[in-house]
Formats: sequence, C-alpha cells, structure tokens
Amino acid sequence: MSLLTPTIRPSVVARLNPVAKLAVALIVSCALLLSIDWVSAGVALLLECLLLLWCGLSARQFWLRTAPVWIAAPMASITTILYGEDSGALLWQFGFISVTEGSAQLGLAIGLRVLAIGLPGIVLLATTDPTDLADGLAQVLRLPARFVLGGLAGLRLVGMFIEDWHSLTLARRARGVGDGGGVRGAARRFFGPAFSLLVISVRRGSKLATAMEARGFGSDAPRTWARPSRVRAPDAILVGIGLGIAGIAIGVAVWAETWSFILA
Amino acid sequence: MPARGPQIRAVQIRARDWGWRHAGRHSQAVSGLDLQIEPGERVLLLGASGAGKSTLVHALAGVLGDAEDGDETGSLLIDGCRAAEARGRVGLVLQDPDSQVVLARVGDDVAFGCENLAVPRAEIWLRVRRALAEVRLDLPLDHPTSSLSGGQKQRLALAGVLAMQPGLLLLDEPTANLDPNGVIDVRDAVVRSLDHSGATFVVIEHRVEVWQDVVDRLIVLDPAGGVLADGPPREILASQGEQLAQAGVWVPALPPRFPKRHPIAAAQTLLRAEGLAVGRVPFGRRAASVVADGITLNLCSGTATVVTGPNGAGKSTLALTLAGLLKPAGGTLHASGTFAAGIISEPHRWRSQQLLSRIGTVFQDPEHQFLAATVLGDLSIGPRALGLSQTELTSRVDELMHRLRLDHLADANPFTLSGGEKRRMSVATVLATRPRLLVLDEPTFGQDSRTWQELVTLLAELLDEGTALVAVTHDAQFVSALADEEYRLGTPEPIRLGSGAL
Amino acid sequence: MHATLTSTRPVAAKKPRNFRWRVVDIVVASVIGVASGVIFWAWGLAWSPLSAILAFTPGLEGLLAGGWLFAGVLGGLIIRKPGAAVYTEVVAAVVSMLIGTQWGFSTLIWGVVEGLGAEIILALFLYSNWRLGVALLAGAGAGVAVGLLDTSFTSYAALDFGYKAVYFVSAVVSGTVLAGLLSWLAVRGLARTGALSRFAAGREGSRAPAVAPN
Ligand SMILES: Nc1ncnc2c1ncn2[C@@H]1O[C@H](COP(=O)(O)OP(=O)(O)OP(=O)(O)O)[C@@H](O)[C@H]1O
Ligand SMILES: Nc1ncnc2c1ncn2[C@@H]1O[C@H](COP(=O)(O)OP(=O)(O)OP(=O)(O)O)[C@@H](O)[C@H]1O
Ligand SMILES: [Mg+2]
Ligand SMILES: [Mg+2]
Repeated sequence: MSLLTPTIRPSVVARLNPVAKLAVALIVSCALLLSIDWVSAGVALLLECLLLLWCGLSARQFWLRTAPVWIAAPMASITTILYGEDSGALLWQFGFISVTEGSAQLGLAIGLRVLAIGLPGIVLLATTDPTDLADGLAQVLRLPARFVLGGLAGLRLVGMFIEDWHSLTLARRARGVGDGGGVRGAARRFFGPAFSLLVISVRRGSKLATAMEARGFGSDAPRTWARPSRVRAPDAILVGIGLGIAGIAIGVAVWAETWSFILA
Repeated sequence: MPARGPQIRAVQIRARDWGWRHAGRHSQAVSGLDLQIEPGERVLLLGASGAGKSTLVHALAGVLGDAEDGDETGSLLIDGCRAAEARGRVGLVLQDPDSQVVLARVGDDVAFGCENLAVPRAEIWLRVRRALAEVRLDLPLDHPTSSLSGGQKQRLALAGVLAMQPGLLLLDEPTANLDPNGVIDVRDAVVRSLDHSGATFVVIEHRVEVWQDVVDRLIVLDPAGGVLADGPPREILASQGEQLAQAGVWVPALPPRFPKRHPIAAAQTLLRAEGLAVGRVPFGRRAASVVADGITLNLCSGTATVVTGPNGAGKSTLALTLAGLLKPAGGTLHASGTFAAGIISEPHRWRSQQLLSRIGTVFQDPEHQFLAATVLGDLSIGPRALGLSQTELTSRVDELMHRLRLDHLADANPFTLSGGEKRRMSVATVLATRPRLLVLDEPTFGQDSRTWQELVTLLAELLDEGTALVAVTHDAQFVSALADEEYRLGTPEPIRLGSGAL
Repeated sequence: MHATLTSTRPVAAKKPRNFRWRVVDIVVASVIGVASGVIFWAWGLAWSPLSAILAFTPGLEGLLAGGWLFAGVLGGLIIRKPGAAVYTEVVAAVVSMLIGTQWGFSTLIWGVVEGLGAEIILALFLYSNWRLGVALLAGAGAGVAVGLLDTSFTSYAALDFGYKAVYFVSAVVSGTVLAGLLSWLAVRGLARTGALSRFAAGREGSRAPAVAPN
C-alpha cells in the first residue's frame, strides 16, 4: 500500500465499476455546487453517510483518508463565519471582524458543503484500485489507451514516493550526507531528497517508458484488455442512487426555501 | 494484429554498417556493425562491459528512440523493415529488473505485453499462468509487484516477455540477479519456450557457460566497433579463446586468476550479530515484518564473509541491517570497542558521518546511491564529507577511476552508464572513503572477466590491509576467490571455508 | 516574436520537429502531473488560513492562485509538445481532487481552463521558443485564465469592480512568478541533473556541470 495505490478490501462498493462511482461523485458535486445553503449540503451529507456504511473501509482507513476534508471543512467554515458576507443580527464584533447571523449560517453551509462534496471523491479513491479505474476509463469511456496507461504508470511511480523516500534517505545516510549541518543541513536534507524524488520519478518514468515500449506498448494497433470493465445492473443502480441523492437534496432545500442558485 | 498460436513466425535480422551515438555523448556506442541473423537462430551476444551490447538489443527492439535520442548510421532491419515499425514482433527484457515493472499486480504485469499484441482475453490468462509457472514465480496473481525482491522482479519481467511469444526474443543479462538454481530454471524455461515457438533468440550474458550449450552461435562485439568474433560456440572458444579472454569474455576454459592473499595483521572482531532478526517496516506500521532471523555472525577485520541464499531470502535486508541502515528487528548487533572507537556500539544509531568512516555500503540497485550529475562529482562526495584535502581527494578518486576503468566516463552522468559501469561506479563511491567494513550487495554482477578481475584484486588488497568485507552474492567464482566464511541464509551457523585469515 | 532565437545549437535546429507524443512524453508528463497534484492538494490545505489573513486586504488573495498554476507551465516546458500544458495541469487537478479538496469537481474545470491559459501562449510561440520570457508569459496566461474564472464564477463575482481588478492583477502576477519563474528554474535544475536526457529540454544549453547542487 502507498499514498496513491491503496489496498482495497473486498466490499460491495469496491466491486462496482469505477466509472459508475466517478459518475456518482460528479453528479452529487455538481448538484451541490449550484447552491450554497446548509439544507441541501446537510441532506446530501446525511444520505452519503448511509451509503458509506457499505464502502468497506476500516475505521482507521476511513479517518486517515478523509482527514483532509475534516481539516478543510472547519477551516473554510470559520473563515466564512469571520469574513463572510454579513446580514441579520450582529453577534460579535472585533475590529474588521464581524460575526452575524447571516455569516454564521453561511459558514455552516460552507462547512457542510465541503464535507458533502469532498467525501464521495475520497471514498471513491479509497475503494478503487487505480488499475481498475484505468480499465474503466479506457473501456467504458473509450479514452485513448496510450494516455490512460501512461497516466496509470505515472500514478504508480509517484505512489511509490514513500518507499523511494525511504531508500533515498538510507542511501544518503550511507554516503555521509545524511545528517549534520544544523538548520541549513536540515533544510538541505529535506529539499535535497525532495528534489531527488522528482528527479528519480522523472528518470524512472523515462526508463519505464522504454520497458513499456519493449513490451509492444505505444503503437496505434488495437489492443485487448485482460480485465473486462463492464457496466452492470448494480452500477446503474448506484448511478440512480446518486441522482436520487442530488434530487432529494435540491428538492428538500427548495421546499425549505433555503435554496439559492449560485449564478442567480 | 492476428493472435499467434504456437506456430509464430521467427524473425530475421540484418545490420549493414550500423552505428549509434547516444545524444550527449562524444563517442559511438556501436559502430560499423555488419551482421545477419537467420530466423530461428539462437545467439549469445558477448563483449566487454560498455561495448554496446545493450544499445544493440535496444535498437533491435525498436526502443532506442528517434533522432531526438541519438544519431543513427547505416541500417538495421528486422524482417526487412525498420526496427521501430516491427515493435511487437520483438520482446525484450531490459538489463535493469527494477525499472520494468509496469503494473501494480503480478498477473496484470505479465498480461500487459499480451494485451498490447491484441491476444484474446481467454488466452491471455492461460499464457500468464503458464509463463509464471515456467519462471517458477510462485505467487498469487494479485500479489503486489512493489514488494518483490530483486530476483523475483527479474523472473517477473521474464514471464511478461515469454507470455508475449514474440518472433524475436531478446534477453539482456536475464539471470544476473538470480540464485544458481534460478539461473538453470530460467534458462531451461527459455529453452522450452523457444523449442515450442521456434523464435529467433539473442541473449546477452557475461557468463558463457550458462548458455553455451543451448545457443548455435556466439557474437562478440568489439568496443572499438564491429564484431570481434562470430561463429559456433565451441569452435570460437577453442580457436580464439585466448584472444577473447583478453578482451574480457568469460571463456570457461580460461577462468580468471584468483588473487593471492597476504594478510598483514591478525583478525579482530569488528561487528558481532547474535540471534539477529532482520526485516523492513511496512508503510503505516510500527513493527517490522521479519524476513530472516536467528542470524549469528562475527565480522572480523581482514576477513571476507559472503552471504548466499535463494531469491527473496532476505539477504539484502540483512546487508542493510549489518550496514547500520535498518534497525534490527530482533536480537543484537554490536560493534566492538576498537571499531566503535568511543561511540555507542549499535550501528543503526550512529550518525551519518560516523557511519561513513566505518561502514561503506553498496546497494543492490546502484541507482539508489547516485547523488551527483557526473561520475567525478559523485565519487568526490564521500571524501569531501570526510574533510580530505583536495590533493588527497584527487589522487584517491583518480586511482579508483583508473583501476575500475571509469576514467573515460568522468564527465558522464551516472544514470546513463551501462549496467556494468554503474555497478563499478557504485563500488568505487564506497571505496573512495576507505571504511573499515565494506558491505557489498552483489558487487560483481554484470562484469566482464577483466573488470571482475580488477574488482576482486582491489578487494583482496583491501582485505590484506585489514578491511572487513561482507558480500551478498550469487557468484560462485567470487565465493571461491575471496570468501573466508560463507553464511547461507537459512542455516544456523556460518560455513567456514578453506583459505582464510582465521 | 523571437522564434528565430532558439537555434543556439545547430545540431538541434536541423532535426525535424516531431509533434507526436512519444510514450516517454506521456509517462513523464503524467509523473509530473501526479507529483504536482500532491502539491496542489497540500497548497489547498495551506490556502484556507493564508487567504483568511489576506481577506483583510482588497483582493490580494489572488496572489495565492499561482500555487495551482505551475503544473501546466512545467509540463509544457519539459515535454514541448502541443497539449502538454493542458494535459499536465488536468492530471494534477484530478489527482488533487481524488486525494480530496474542498472544491470537489470544480477543481477539474479550473484545471482545464488554467492549462489552456498556459497552452495558448506556448502555441502562439509555435512551440519553438522556451526561454525565460515565454515561461513568464505562459505563467501570466494561466494567471489571466484563473483571474477571469475566479472573478466571474466564485464568491468573488459579487464584489466591486475595483476589488475584482486588484484580484485579477494579483492573480496574473502570482502566475508569472510562481508558475512562470519557478517552473523555468525547476526545468533548469532538472536538466542539470541529467534526468531530462531524453528530452530536448534537457539537452540544449550547457553540458552537465561538475557537481550537482546537493
Ligand atoms: N542513455 C544513454 N545515454 C548516454 N550514453 C549511454 C546511454 N546508454 C548507454 N550509454 C553509453 O554507451 C556505451 C555502451 O553502453 P551499453 O549499455 O550498450 O553497454 P553494454 O555492452 O551493455 O555494457 P554492460 O555489459 O556493462 O551492460 C557505454 O559507454 C554507456 O556509458
Ligand atoms: N521494499 C520492500 N518492501 C516490502 N517488502 C520487501 C521490500 N523489498 C523486499 N521485500 C520483501 O522482503 C523479502 C526479502 O527481500 P530481500 O530483498 O532482502 O531478498 P534477497 O535475499 O536480497 O533476494 P534477491 O536475491 O532476489 O535480491 C522478500 O520476500 C521481498 O518480497
Ligand atoms: Mg548492458
Ligand atoms: Mg537482494
């Protein structure tokens, strides 16, 4: 397992076609992007959480993976509460900063929206093997194979960053440039391997390209796919559920009269 | 492209005054090559390290690139058309097994080549299973490729190409990282596959004895350009053996001389491992997963200890642990008072500087060690970190470059060297700091007999001066030439060998 | 235009231009895109507090936009083929989106437009001039693209014209410096290490120096 190539545990969601999962994340995000209000975001988030019960992530994995949104959501929320468009009663004032009922509500909406937009995308990544995603993109969406597989190779190389980092620091230690030098040394020890990492990935990429060509990759001749990627009934159901979530979220918000179309 | 059954069409090769110069290099990698290889012929390609063997097989596979990558002269034709157009008819295993894993799972990786050749799906998986069985890589199809040992990766790469059933099979040192049983296994697998397919076959390998009985023809490349010798193995080796041995070919009847050892001081213990367990800490975990344990070793000055064992047994992991780079997963590893000289006795807690003057490590993959953009710059890093004077530094580095035949490459980028040059260079980086303990992971792979001889002589001199040596190796000749003790992973005690200083 | 200035090395100039992507172009562009995507994601985390600080100022938040613009310029400068800037920027955007950003799928749209901003500049120079000036212009191009997007489709759209103008200009400045200048320097650094030896970007100019900056 590494940063970008997760270990996938067998589960209902893991077996679905990645393209269907992509579609669901796309539908839900687009619906939520159209409005900033706490009702649509909250409803969508609630329904998503029900779905997440089937995703088969262990609790540890779930929190590890979704940590960025859990950090980003309160941040975005606080920023909006403090600096957002003011309306309604004034709750608190400090110099430039003013918190009003309106900005507090907006802050809540933004926080929920960040979670509701962010979670499906992350769960998608955490329950999808990149290889299967590439298969789906090439076979279902018919994107060009050269680019899909080239991209997959790039993803895998960068996904090995952590292991590479480990080997590089071992090697630097063995070569006598692994520590010492105070603050400047520490900075060099961070930026040295960080730059080396980029260098090594580019180099690996060049060599891997040769290896791929050596196995007949890269011509325009048609190729077959060892792993079929098909859209089956459960995938259609998933997309239906996605449409349902989007529809219900917007519907409830319109009914509660909190819906505000962003371009209006 | 039609699916190919067992009756594939073998490929014919024709070179007319062909040459190649890599972009950014002044001298030709290959020049003036005239050659014809008939369909179904089996050829062993030989030549000194850096003679251009890998360049030639890259060209045959059509992966050398275009005018952006170098200058081509003359013509090189595969079945009458340019090599780049024949891609897919040709399967190539590259010299460096580490960089040719394409996909994340073992099964997918083997299937990759077949997919590119448009083999029907049902047949792909048949071929994948057969190829994996042929190279004896006994792993589940969804095993992650990122956690394979060097030798396992080499088997994987070979399986990927065998599954393609190409009309021309090109192998660039396919057995360099394999254990001795693996070498025979893999060779037999290749021969079985060839008997079945009838494909043309070109293999590069420095060790002539592995392939000489299964090929029809030997071709020896001349580093100066053209071909040095060409013909049936037995005849060539009998008639031109002497001359070829001079040029660096491993002629079985003329093995290299083993250096004489003259130890000058009594052996002292430097490092002692007791009940040592070794392993790596997987990403996101605390505890190491142990790959070998119960290791008891005594490393003494002036003594060479070799570590042998099958692929994946944990030799490299042991080497990194002995070198103070990985933390022992169990047991103890202590430096003696004279070796530690006033610092803490556990090597993995030493600082980088302290490590540098005591232990030098050569990694299995030489590329992990390269830090600078030129050979000269890289060799100077260690001595400079030790604070040596410029004159001292220059004389050390120059001598090493000369003895390891790297002087003409001083300004070259380490990553563009040939396989054998990279290996010598990584050994040189370590020798430049003259540590008291050398840890070498497969120091001799990919060397021609001349550079092998030079390397072994150099190591013997260091041993005589009192350096301790631990070498992980599959090279039986290296063991006979230098080893005082052999530690076979899996056995409880080291095997004491004849010669030594003990 | 300075299209004639590239022929510093006669050998390089004589070779026919080939605009078809080689496999190595695709793989290396992807590697750069994915690595940049990880940086985009980290920048997204840092953005919230930074923009909160800049929120006091009239529109200077635009200065932060450049952190998401460098991938396209970098890819364009290294690969030197049509589409490289858009491809790299889009890959980076998708990767940051998959790791998880607060902007979800709009990241993808922004990525396409920002990539196009840099691509158009490189195309105007006919993919044959790769000097510092062009790199800066390409960064500025990406800055113009993101400035237009942000001031018409995000919460900034509701602001006064003056505020928008400041935002727009600071986005362009940020693009020029963070995307243009830094990418150009990064390409030079990479070329020095020899990592780009299979690319024209890595072969022209000086031969390898004696010691790498370590
Ligand atoms: N990508 C490259 N760029 C520049 N020079 C290269 C490149 N690859 C190889 N060379 C140089 O070309 C020459 C021939 O290299 P090649 O790899 O073909 O040798 P080889 O016969 O396979 O040697 P070995 O037995 O050590 O593997 C060497 O001097 C090497 O340094
Ligand atoms: N980076 C890694 N991450 C996780 N597991 C690894 C890693 N490298 C090796 N392993 C595993 O650890 C075990 C020992 O590997 P090691 O490289 O020490 O073997 P080895 O004896 O040196 O083999 P070889 O002769 O093939 O080089 C193997 O089973 C391998 O699969
Ligand atoms: Mg070679
Ligand atoms: Mg090993």
